[in-house]
Formats: sequence, structure tokens, C-alpha cells
Amino acid sequence: MIEIAFNIATIRKDFPILNRKVNGHPLIYLDNAATSQTPQQVIDVIVAYYQNYNANIHRGVHALSQEATDAYEAARVKIQEHFNIAKPHEVIFTSGTTHGINLVANGFTSLLRPGDEVLVSAMEHHSNIVPWQMLCERTGAVLRVIPMNEEGELVMEQFHNMLSNTVKLVFCNHVSNALGTVNPIKEIIDASHSAGASVLVDGAQAAPHIKADLQSLDVDFYTVSAHKICGPTGIGMLYGKEEWLKKLPPYQGGGEMIAEVTFEKTTYADLPHKFEAGTPNVCGGIAFGAALDYMNGIGFDQIVAYENELLEYATSELLKIEGLKIYGTAREKTAVISFNIKGIHPYDIGTILDKLGIAVRTGHHCAQPIMDFYQIPGTVRASFSFYNTREEVDKLVAAVRKAKDMLL
Amino acid sequence: MTIAEIQEEIVDEFSMFEDWMQRYEYMIELGKALPLIEEEYKTEDNIIKGCQSKVWVHAELQNDKLVFTADSDAIITKGIIAILIRTFSHQKPQDILDADTEFIDEIGLREHLSPTRANGLVSMIKQLKLYAVAYQTQLN
Repeated sequence: MIEIAFNIATIRKDFPILNRKVNGHPLIYLDNAATSQTPQQVIDVIVAYYQNYNANIHRGVHALSQEATDAYEAARVKIQEHFNIAKPHEVIFTSGTTHGINLVANGFTSLLRPGDEVLVSAMEHHSNIVPWQMLCERTGAVLRVIPMNEEGELVMEQFHNMLSNTVKLVFCNHVSNALGTVNPIKEIIDASHSAGASVLVDGAQAAPHIKADLQSLDVDFYTVSAHKICGPTGIGMLYGKEEWLKKLPPYQGGGEMIAEVTFEKTTYADLPHKFEAGTPNVCGGIAFGAALDYMNGIGFDQIVAYENELLEYATSELLKIEGLKIYGTAREKTAVISFNIKGIHPYDIGTILDKLGIAVRTGHHCAQPIMDFYQIPGTVRASFSFYNTREEVDKLVAAVRKAKDMLL
Repeated sequence: MTIAEIQEEIVDEFSMFEDWMQRYEYMIELGKALPLIEEEYKTEDNIIKGCQSKVWVHAELQNDKLVFTADSDAIITKGIIAILIRTFSHQKPQDILDADTEFIDEIGLREHLSPTRANGLVSMIKQLKLYAVAYQTQLN
């Protein structure tokens, strides 16, 4: 069934960038956790927008403005439906995940008191650590860390013990960017709620692999970046429960977010506009919707089944290389392999792979606490997407062997 | 030898190689042969910022010439710093300041010259020249 529905050759034709060469070799793009490539269908939507109906939205009396507004708001509804969100105005367009997290962290400034506790997981991206540290500095709240184990899984027993009535907020990613671990967010959300704490889940790395049902998760906030799911950069969404979005103050002042302005007082617009100051990324929002259409057209079940197969194959092939260690061996993980070879710096491996046309990420992946945990300077991270192939895995493995021979 | 003569010599050596693999293998060799920095100088202060791998550089004045020693935890980076040190070490600070680094392009390492490149070749050159400025001031 999956074989018939999932024709990798056809899918690859959708991505023009996959035809290019890098350093004389056909590009093998394995940095999908950093950003995904864009299919022609989404590129067409971006081009069509600028060719046919580029306009400022929500205020024009003219036809272009109306068309652009309709398309932008239709994209909001697509996002709402994709994530099974109750109301479209619970979808806030942002510039990306980091923006969404900062919006919430900023909003909580007036809601926290000294001594309140904020929990973050040990495997967060810096984007989901720094805003909370800043929030704690502003409010006198205390940041505490939910520990992880050697496999790269959260130690849930300790998490449950950390919960108390002084814990007000819990932040966790759905999937770790550096390790690929899928975190048990339903358990985290339910337990946090029982203790009276609210939960923000960073869904940036989960979105390309998991179609999250936000109503059934009952999460308070969930953030996503479009560029990880075949959309353009500079656009993302923040989901917030209506009651929370009403309670939080606006993040930025400006156009679009006001109801009425006098020099004495400004009243704010209703949701979602209260959080969407200034001219938004109209084209980006529309393309975000098109990207979700594209991914849903293939189907997340098919995508995940195929990626898991690739992950399993790549893991077993890479582990055949002597001295290679994989970091992040959680039972549940997405198609991400973070690894090192004994005696070789990850940067050196990445440089040789690049010369062979293979794009991977090296370094700490904006998750230094994880690298400190393993006491390593960084890793080489190969992250796979549904448009990668087994042949590309073979070439990766051969290239890693070559790099090892050159470098050791 | 002057800096320009040394650079010419390096360009000659690299011109023998036919492809990038040979160039990189040679660079790795140079990295392995790099005279190591004394452990006591591998301090936080001596780390060059802007590199994905760690690079330590130490400089000291011997007579009127600057002598550099360095190390890195990544071998390709070590090769690059080895090339720079071969060029600039045992030279007068003013000569280091006057020298250009066009030869990096000529030996096929242009891709490392971009200021946004994570290995920070540009940062390394800048750091070596900063040492030269500091010691030149001292000499004056």
C-alpha cells in the first residue's frame, strides 16, 4: 500500500534543488532538521502571489488586497485544520518558532512572581532556553531543568517529582533537534496541568514528521516554523488556547494590532490581530498553507513510514563503521542521526562530506547543554526527509568511511 | 625568507596536487606536523573566537620577530593554522601587518575565506595580525 502511494522518484521531481551539483557531485541534502527544501508546488504559489495579487491585507478596498487577505486567512484555516485547532484565531502567524516562544515568554512577565518555578527540558534548543532565562531574570522566577539519560530520553520519574504548586510553566520540545528524541509530551502536559502548570511545546522539529492533534494533546501553546515543513523561511505559527491569548498582553505595538488609537490610550484588536503587529509576511503565510497541502497530499503516515525505514537502514549501516557512536538512541525518535567517530572532530567530517556534495550539520546544533551532557564539542548530524533515498544513505556511509580514512 | 617568498613556496607545493582530496590530505599532514603550543598557553584567553572547532594561538617576541605556536582540536583547522603560521611566524610585526593573504585563494582554499565560514580562517588571520599590531606598538 505504502509502496504504491509513495513513489520516491516522482516526489524527488517536485524538488528542483535536488538536481543541482555541489563541488562537482550531485547534492545529497541531509540537513533537513535545519531547513527543509521547497517543492515546486510551493515555489509556484510564492511566484503567483508576487505576479498576481501582491497587496497589503485587511484594510484595502481594492480587489488585490481582498484577494491577498482571503488567501492569507484561508492559510490560517489550513493550519488550524492541520493541527486540529478549535478556532482559527487561536493560530497566530509569527516569523517562526523562536518568535512564538519569545511572544509567550514576554507575555508571562506580568504573570510570574519571585519564587515561581519554570521547568525546561535538558534537551532544548537555545531558542527554548534563553527566552525563559530572560523571563526568570525579569520576574525572579527560578529555572529548573528536567534531566535526561544517556539514551537522550527525559527522566520522567524526576520530572514528576519536580512538579509542585510553585511550578507555573513547563517548556519542552516535541522532538529534540540534536538527537531526534520524540518526547512524551502528552504525559508532560497532563501531569503539568494536574499540578496547575501551563505547557508550551516547541513543535519545530516534530512538524515535518508528526501531525500533532493539539486539541487532544490539550497543550496550552505550540509553535512551529514553516521552513521545516517544505515552506519558506520567515513564517511560522504560534498556537495558544483562546483563554491564554486573551490573557497575555500584546508583544509588539504597531499597525494591525490596534482597535483604536489616541495619544491617551490605545485599545487592542481582537485575536489573532492583537499579536500580529505590522504588515505580516503575507506571501509566507499563503505559502505555509500550500506547504501543508503538499505534505498532506503525500500523507504523514506514508512520510513517517518511509522515513523510519531510512532511519533504520542508515543507523545500521553507519554503525558498521568502527569507532562510530550515535548520540540519541531513544526508543522513539525521528529520522535524525547525530554521531561522532572516535578521535575525529565533527567539523572535519562535515568538511570532507561537503567536498563530496553531502550537506550535514556539524557543531552543537544550538543545544550546548546536550553536548556538555555527553562531554563532546559537537556532533555530525544527518537528518533525513521523505525525499531522501537509500542510495543517498549508501553514499553518506561511503563518504563517512572516506573521511575517516583521510582524517585518522 | 620573506613572507611573500614563503607564500610562493606554499603555492608551488599545492600546485602539484590534482584534486581537492590531495590538497586536503596534504593539509591534514601539515596539521599533524604543526609544532604544538605549550599546554600552559591553551587557555580560554588564547582561543580564537568564531571557529566551530577550538583554535589556540600563542605569540611571543624573539628578538624583533614574532613567533607563533598553535593547536586545534580539528585536524583540517590545524592544517589551515599551520599554513598561516608557516607564513607569519619568525617575521617582523610590521611585515606581518603589511602582508596580504591572497595565496589562500591560489592554493584552492578560497571556500575557507568567507567571513561566515564556521572554521574562521578570517578570524585566525585577524588574530595573528592583532598580535602583530600589539607587538609593533611595543617595539615602537
